[in-house]
Amino acid sequence: MHELSIANGIVEMCAECAGDARVIRVRLEIGRLSAVLPDAVRFCFDVCARNTVVEGAELEIVETQGLALCRDCNHEVPMAALVGRCTCGSANLRVIAGEELRIKDMELA
Amino acid sequence: MCTTCGCSETQDVRYTMPGAHTHGPDGHSHDHDHAHPHDHSHAHPHDHGHDHGHDHKHAPTADPRAALHAGVHGRSIALEQDILAKNQVLAERNRGWFEGREVLAVNLMSSPGSGKTTLLERTIRELSDDVSIYVVEGDQATTHDAERIRATGCPVIQVNTGTGCHLEADMLARGLKQLRPTHGSLVLIENVGNLVCPALFDLGERAKVVVVSVTEGEDKPAKYPHMFRACRLMLINKVDLLAHVRFDVERCVAYAREVNPDIEVLPVSAETGEGIEQWCQWLRHEQKLLGAADDEPEGRVV
Repeated sequence: MHELSIANGIVEMCAECAGDARVIRVRLEIGRLSAVLPDAVRFCFDVCARNTVVEGAELEIVETQGLALCRDCNHEVPMAALVGRCTCGSANLRVIAGEELRIKDMELA
Repeated sequence: MCTTCGCSETQDVRYTMPGAHTHGPDGHSHDHDHAHPHDHSHAHPHDHGHDHGHDHKHAPTADPRAALHAGVHGRSIALEQDILAKNQVLAERNRGWFEGREVLAVNLMSSPGSGKTTLLERTIRELSDDVSIYVVEGDQATTHDAERIRATGCPVIQVNTGTGCHLEADMLARGLKQLRPTHGSLVLIENVGNLVCPALFDLGERAKVVVVSVTEGEDKPAKYPHMFRACRLMLINKVDLLAHVRFDVERCVAYAREVNPDIEVLPVSAETGEGIEQWCQWLRHEQKLLGAADDEPEGRVV
């Protein structure tokens, strides 16, 4: 349940930036290949936000698609999971997108 | 985590050094009760635990520029912050700490029961004449593993993560302050038995190593791809049991290389000693590379 640590980190970062202001919305970017479940983050976020300036904030999660570069033929390969195969048959892939785990921005009251 | 001292409020993390009472009057045997997050180490002569966890106060996010930005954009603050940034900063501090002391740190991860502790016991037996070894044991509860390591004569600290399912960089930093590995030593970190969460948290180690045993499914790399992608080396343990189980080593390696084409593989048996010499060679080689100027240590992989 690493999402609990992650949600804790999100709440902390937002609270630090907000100071005394109330946070009403937080926007995250979570890649499909990041090993982080958006639903679990949502659940933990509400728990971690309790009694902080982030309590009650709306959490918006933008999910980004996975993308890899084939090391053999240099083609881009869309990735639904960390395991994939290029149309050339190669599994020698380098993931170039989809592992994002970022706080994009937040809105204060 | 607590924003004041960096310790955990949601988890009751404990640090225990079995046999530490023999260390003399330097205060290393005391137990940090994190149920009272702000009590620890304040009366302590060497000030551990104070500085880490405080950097975020000075991190760009806490910068007044952010507030300025908010003013400009009508109370919307652009953060663009990596969520794991805080752990990453602490991990880089650990990495620098290790590099400055030419200490080789290896993070061993696996599912529970793959034989990590037995492997450590064996490794200590094989290598302790050549290099000083220190062990950090991560488990949710009990000091059983640390006691087993302690029985080999090797200094060890047990980090009990409470509800936590993985070690984080600040836990390692705190453990190291008590363990105090010497210059040029080897620090073996046994992470919490879990093939999911530990993959995400860089500790500042030089290499992550995953242990899979032949009594598990050979498709573990396919089921837990993040772990196998994060690791430099896969040890296939308990190969002495291969005759009795249905485990296809080649398929396991193929699965692992699908998620991580560069992963190195060593079949071992911590029980019989098969392959242990190769594993020790791998560690010795990594230790040699520590001194090499043109060598780049491992960064965050996942």
